[in-house]
Amino acid sequence: MTLSLVPSEDETMLRDAARSFLAEASPVSSLRRNRDRGIPYDTELWSQMAQLGWTGVLLPEEAGGSDMGHRAAGILAEEMGEVLAASPFLSTAVIAATALRQAGSDRLSQIAEGAVTYALAIDEKAKFSPRASALQAVRQGNSYRLSGRKCFVADGSSAKRLLVLARTSGRAGEAEGLTLFDIDAARAGVTPQRSNTVDSRDHATLIFEDVEATGADILGDIDNGMAAIHTALNAGQASMAAELLGLTSGAFSMTAGYLRERKQFGRTIGSFQALQHRAAHLWAQIEITASAVANAGRVLDESPDEADLAVSVAKAHATQTAQLAVREGVQMHGGIGMTDEFDMGFYMKRARVGAEWLGDYGYHAARVAAARGI
Amino acid sequence: MLDLSDDPEAFRANVSTWIEAHCAESLRAIPQAEREICWGGKGFTFASQAQHDWMKAAAETGMSAPRWPVEYGGAGLSRAQEKIYREELARLNAPTPLESFGLWMLGPALLQFGTHEQKLHYLPQITRGEIRWCQGYSEPGAGSDLASVQTRAEDMGDHWLVNGSKIWTSYADKADWIFALVRTDREAPKHRGISFMLIDMEAEGVTTRPIRLISGASPFCETFFENVVVPKEDPVGLSRIVGELNRGWDVAKHLLTHEREMIGGGAQGLLGSRSLGAFLADLDPEVLEDPVLKTRAMALEIDSLATAMTLERYKDMAKQGGVGHASAMLKYAGTELNKRRYELLMSVTGSDGLEWDGPHGTLAQEWLRTKANSIEGGTSEVMLDILAKRVLDLPSQ
Ligand SMILES: Cc1cc2nc3c(=O)[nH]c(=O)nc-3n(C[C@H](O)[C@H](O)[C@H](O)COP(=O)(O)OP(=O)(O)OC[C@H]3O[C@@H](n4cnc5c(N)ncnc54)[C@H](O)[C@@H]3O)c2cc1C
Repeated sequence: MTLSLVPSEDETMLRDAARSFLAEASPVSSLRRNRDRGIPYDTELWSQMAQLGWTGVLLPEEAGGSDMGHRAAGILAEEMGEVLAASPFLSTAVIAATALRQAGSDRLSQIAEGAVTYALAIDEKAKFSPRASALQAVRQGNSYRLSGRKCFVADGSSAKRLLVLARTSGRAGEAEGLTLFDIDAARAGVTPQRSNTVDSRDHATLIFEDVEATGADILGDIDNGMAAIHTALNAGQASMAAELLGLTSGAFSMTAGYLRERKQFGRTIGSFQALQHRAAHLWAQIEITASAVANAGRVLDESPDEADLAVSVAKAHATQTAQLAVREGVQMHGGIGMTDEFDMGFYMKRARVGAEWLGDYGYHAARVAAARGI
Repeated sequence: MLDLSDDPEAFRANVSTWIEAHCAESLRAIPQAEREICWGGKGFTFASQAQHDWMKAAAETGMSAPRWPVEYGGAGLSRAQEKIYREELARLNAPTPLESFGLWMLGPALLQFGTHEQKLHYLPQITRGEIRWCQGYSEPGAGSDLASVQTRAEDMGDHWLVNGSKIWTSYADKADWIFALVRTDREAPKHRGISFMLIDMEAEGVTTRPIRLISGASPFCETFFENVVVPKEDPVGLSRIVGELNRGWDVAKHLLTHEREMIGGGAQGLLGSRSLGAFLADLDPEVLEDPVLKTRAMALEIDSLATAMTLERYKDMAKQGGVGHASAMLKYAGTELNKRRYELLMSVTGSDGLEWDGPHGTLAQEWLRTKANSIEGGTSEVMLDILAKRVLDLPSQ
């Protein structure tokens, strides 16, 4: 590894810029407003992100990107997590950008411009397991017919295009025989049903009824979709870990602030050692997660084919730390922590969704175990 | 001779040739876990001639203290060169030529607070393995609350008269000298009346009594000072006080930071550089069929890898200007992790691990020894206090 785990000057500038932009453009209150109106995310915010170049962070300069890499993408995701900014950034600018770039697609500049949004349709059951995909893509002459159902599709009811992992041969559970399609979400036979998830974001179940796709819609090789999506999934998982890290630190700064301010028994509650030690333990966990997240980005930038271990350590650790931060966050706020009026609940709900998306603690622990011979 | 050429690859080649030339194969054949540490000192019994020769070779080139300046007995290596040296030691399975409290603790404190003359006198004795030091901080009444030390040094004009006792002094019975915190001003507020004093263990009135640990070993002692005369200027004309008089607390704190980073970072124990999976498979491949053990091992591995990245990140941060009180986090996280690691190893080895000297060697002793990790050098609770107050700025009222 040649890169340091401390951010470069460029990365620090990116973080500072992102932080001040998001504080203005997307404070937690905008999530509340969108939730109350039933809007999954601000399209205006998304176009501003595109103008800032965030949609091109993983794209080459020829396509209009800045090619800053996965660590930079993680920094953006982290800053979004801090204020719970909702957008199709992970689905589009991280996952789709990585998969399309690997496949040599000609839609990269559309992503960089912010002209298109993507959703990854991969899950079919309540737990993440790409190889369990059963959605059929049956060959008919020169085309394929897709039929089946995908669930927990992030940005699934709003995305313009879909990445669909479908079975062209073999059986559910086998890693081979899957193919990655890139299709228009408006194609006949695709029906999105938005789910009403706890984090108020756009997650959907997608029904595919005899949806037509051609060879031109395939990314990578037929029957080898796992290879086409592998790095993109790692990228998405690493950025989700980064978002969880940001979310954790957002929740933690609310909690630490409250500890310094709330008085009971004639003292500031932050002077009670029982709370001090829990806060310090949590802070230590956040520092450790931050290291794992920085390392995942670094490995994806330096040797993307060997990223499974680093990415899974980051996602697993970030998941645990986020859960701890929001549990402690509610507990240390007392009654007010339980109210809808207060923001901590938003952090708790997003943390739960982030914990599940693209593999929960158990999924990633199993990948770590596989890599380390446990 | 060792050529410290600047080019990293040339340096790597030189240093590995040098290691191979001076660290006998017999030393390199010993697994890390079974190695006997070379502590040096007047009364040290070397485990073998090879161990003696390796220490000597390192002492001659300063490689026993790679980063210390050449004039003080070190090798004057850059951080990058030291890293290469450590990598080559690991690659060749060579032990470090010398370890000691002098290298880990007193040296860094002297480099920061000592006079040029003190450094010239004391540091080369450390790098050559001639003098072995011990740390006289804790007392029966001053543990976590270290600044309440009561051992006193009275000003008798041309000398100090030291009376009192220290406890938990690791290797006091094997050490030649002790660096001790003594009270030199009883009127001043507790942090302002302490001095950092260097005392010869052979001086009249110094005695030690070993204390046996739960692991059966007796590596630490009570140390008593009864009317011990410490000259204000020693025969070589040096002051026995490091830093300013009554400002020993600054030296003590600086040194504790080093100690904490070391205790937090060094904790890999029996595993060495092997993965937990490889280690467990060697022990018993079937053990991971137990889902509860397997789950514990997986969680431990995730936390270990993330913590290792944190050590690396903090090292990178230290290069760019320091981590301050946050180093308490490394001590806390590293030691708590190491305790978990040994709890797991004990579960995995089952009844085979219960013997003092059984199929798994000294595992049981090591397991018990790890319990001290979160006590020595400042307890976990004290680390959390530091983080809460100094890093998180939580109020005291
Ligand atoms: C193996 C080993 C080697 C050692 N080697 C040396 C050595 O070479 N030289 C040396 O000088 N010392 C040495 N020590 C001593 C070590 O530094 C002390 O044991 C340590 O600082 C704790 O002090 P104590 O034992 O008096 O415990 P105490 O301070 O009495 O602590 C008892 C318990 O109370 C808790 N506690 C204390 N204060 C607070 C507080 N404010 N808030 C919350 N909890 C608190 C502690 O965390 C601990 O759990 C060694 C210790 C061990 C175990």
